[in-house]
Amino acid sequence: MCSLSQEKTLKNTTDIDSLRSQIRDNSIRVIDVRREEDYKQNHIPTAVNLPLANLLSDDSPDRVLKLFNSLGIDDETSVVVYDDTFGALASRVAWTLEYIGHSDVSLLETTYGKWKSLGLENDTEIPEVQTKQHSLHLKPEILATSDYLEHSKEKKDVILIDNRERLNYLEQHIPGAISLPYRTLATNDKILRPREDMKRLLENRGISGDSEIITYCGSVGTLSGLAYYALKSVGLPNVKLYVRSFKEWKNLQKPIEKQEDASYWDLSAE
Amino acid sequence: MIFLILTVSDLKQSRPDSAKPNINWAKIEEAEDFAKTVKLYRQGKYNDDSFRRYRLQHGAYGTRMTSDYAMVRIKLPAGEVYPHQLEKIAQLSEQFSIGSAHFSTRENIQLHWVILEDVSEIFRGLAEVGLTSREACGNSVRNVMCSPLSGVCSDEKFDSTPYALATAKFFLRNPMAQSLPRKFKFNFTCCEKHGMVRMVDVGLIPQIREIDGVTQKGFKIFLGGGLGNRSFVGHQLEEFTADEDLLYTSIAVLRIFDRLGDRKNLARNRMRYLVNDMGWDKFQNLVLKERALVKATQSVVTHLDIDDLPSEIKRPIRITDESRNSNPDGYARWLKTNTVKQKQSGYHSVFITLEAGDITANQLTVLAEIIKDFSSEGKARAGFNQNIALRYVHEDDLSKLYSQLLGIGLAKSGALTMTAPVGCSGTTSCNLALTNSHRLAKEIQRKFLELKLDEDDDLSDSSIKISGCPNSCGQHGIATIGFFGGGGRVGKEMYPNYQMLLGGRSDGETMLGLTCTRIPAKRVISAILKIIELFKEHKKSNDTLKEWIHRIANGKEDGDIKSINDMRKILEPFTIPPTKEDDPDFYSDYGSDTSYHTKTGKGECAA
Repeated sequence: MCSLSQEKTLKNTTDIDSLRSQIRDNSIRVIDVRREEDYKQNHIPTAVNLPLANLLSDDSPDRVLKLFNSLGIDDETSVVVYDDTFGALASRVAWTLEYIGHSDVSLLETTYGKWKSLGLENDTEIPEVQTKQHSLHLKPEILATSDYLEHSKEKKDVILIDNRERLNYLEQHIPGAISLPYRTLATNDKILRPREDMKRLLENRGISGDSEIITYCGSVGTLSGLAYYALKSVGLPNVKLYVRSFKEWKNLQKPIEKQEDASYWDLSAE
Repeated sequence: MIFLILTVSDLKQSRPDSAKPNINWAKIEEAEDFAKTVKLYRQGKYNDDSFRRYRLQHGAYGTRMTSDYAMVRIKLPAGEVYPHQLEKIAQLSEQFSIGSAHFSTRENIQLHWVILEDVSEIFRGLAEVGLTSREACGNSVRNVMCSPLSGVCSDEKFDSTPYALATAKFFLRNPMAQSLPRKFKFNFTCCEKHGMVRMVDVGLIPQIREIDGVTQKGFKIFLGGGLGNRSFVGHQLEEFTADEDLLYTSIAVLRIFDRLGDRKNLARNRMRYLVNDMGWDKFQNLVLKERALVKATQSVVTHLDIDDLPSEIKRPIRITDESRNSNPDGYARWLKTNTVKQKQSGYHSVFITLEAGDITANQLTVLAEIIKDFSSEGKARAGFNQNIALRYVHEDDLSKLYSQLLGIGLAKSGALTMTAPVGCSGTTSCNLALTNSHRLAKEIQRKFLELKLDEDDDLSDSSIKISGCPNSCGQHGIATIGFFGGGGRVGKEMYPNYQMLLGGRSDGETMLGLTCTRIPAKRVISAILKIIELFKEHKKSNDTLKEWIHRIANGKEDGDIKSINDMRKILEPFTIPPTKEDDPDFYSDYGSDTSYHTKTGKGECAA
């Protein structure tokens, strides 16, 4: 039993079959992070709605704690989060939950679109939720701020990962960052590659071992949130999300690096 | 109601299984080996030169001003590509490249700005769908090309596709072709008109001869042509080369090149220089002798593995959801300038023009579906002009196909006309480039389509081709109007400039364009329009721009403009640079808002 629960806390994704049986057992809180109108049309049975925009409107710890309380989540609740945006929005919500100190949260292994295309159960019913009380034990070790980033330049063993698309990276990025576009992390069916596959990919890129790893993306830490879970899925121990990401970095007029002397944008068919 | 109809037409059950290729070009071990080798290289256990050779042999080319990135050149032997392969390439482009893929002039699809450490992951993905980039670069037999119309062209003697595929199969990973003095290219075609056989190392046109009532398949073989810093037109080896001698001839030519080709001077080591230095008669003699030797000394009977079972032609079944009474806007124009009637009655080949060969991942994915839905052979072909051909489209389906292409921005007209210029990758990714030829090609296409020049029959058989440096990847030497990039100078200021060539062609009367004058990048469009205006003034009845320029280039024109020199004088006003104060834009290249300066790295000989 002990080893089982150990496994549970390390789990980053929940597979479809497990979620379905957890729903049947009524032992899970499912969060749908799509927009309210999409959620109202239909959703995974028993799921509650937390549109990402709602969370982002004020993601201070006190406020998100209240949000999660209102969704009936306390310290013991098992939570699975899903979206229809390749897992990126779900990741951002899951990470926030982790940040306030929740340990039992994972991502549905696939998107809602895929769930529906498989002909699996969906529902229009909005469940009644009893508010619960979650404690607040912030986990600063999974958060990176711009100040933190600036100081980590001096550290040797830090890998900074940019999860935006390649062209955006070439155009401008935080000095020293390496490019790992979010699309790289998924397969056709799953929001994350199988573990061995992911491991090989990351090891080829020198992302392994005990390095401190910081991910960032364009603005609010969604794409890089997915990367956060990708890195965790292969057991990397020390991963942080720069949650305010490149948008903040630019606004603060911090130094920026670019690929010089090439008109790469003109190769794009967009 | 509407919802219901959409759902019904969305159903895919009626579609038969999509076509799958018979040949697996991939070898998954090469992915693993590449990953290991990159690691060793990064640890300093390989020197730059040996790693570069290895990398190129596997189809990963260098990138402009950086050693962190590579370009992966995926070969499409004979140009053939299947829907699931396009889907995979779309996915790989989003994961490891810039979300777009690039169709080259040699039936390759290129993924640019790939991190060197990710190249092996691309190899893995390609292996899943039977594709490889092996020997797409380096001193090897490059992708074996075949006309996109082979098998459907009404002028061809027979379909050369199976021979192209068999040749590709024979030489891929063949020890005899792993360390040639320089790259080596085969082009198969359908007929003289569709050409491209006299500007390549080995070019082949199918022929049939009859001896004593027995018909025999064979080829007209052209040797020693090629485009580059110095270009040459190929020579015909003999009247008729029987198909059973095709492989022996190919081996003989490769052996001679391997033995006698220049391995020292990188700038002169393509086979065309050997042929030129030796003289054609001597080279021809040598080939014929060597072929006799190859034939006599093969210890095992070596033959090409020709699979000439015809592809299954099955018109995809479709639920006719809506009865369309009128054709969509632009259909007639598109039909005229993008499609060719096949020799098989009722079928058309449809050409999709891409801006300088670029296509987004999303377009590729949807295109894969469109191929399944509209091509009765269930696959597509890369063309000679950075384009794609869908063949065996039933004439009744053309209008529907047009609408679908329109929906994903792939229905630009003029695919088979002068308004679809070729532009190499230029400064978007190439180390050697001096100008942004890639963007210039796009600018010309946009402008000329806006002017509806694709509808002008006088212009349709002309071509515009642009390279970003003298090395001819943009094939400027065989264009009616060709350009290659360089830098111009006014005092301390530089501006992007192009050498213009006129009169090149790659058909039965193949010739290389003649140098006319230098046209600044920002004047290229107006200079071409000026040439068109002059042509309209001086044309004879039933004349085409291509014929008019051909006569001028060959001193056979009797109007006011008789020679390239006359043309040069008329175009002189275009060549005079304005001051930087008057026109600052003149001093920056397309796609850049900063002052132009030339900057190049070491070449690995792109193509």
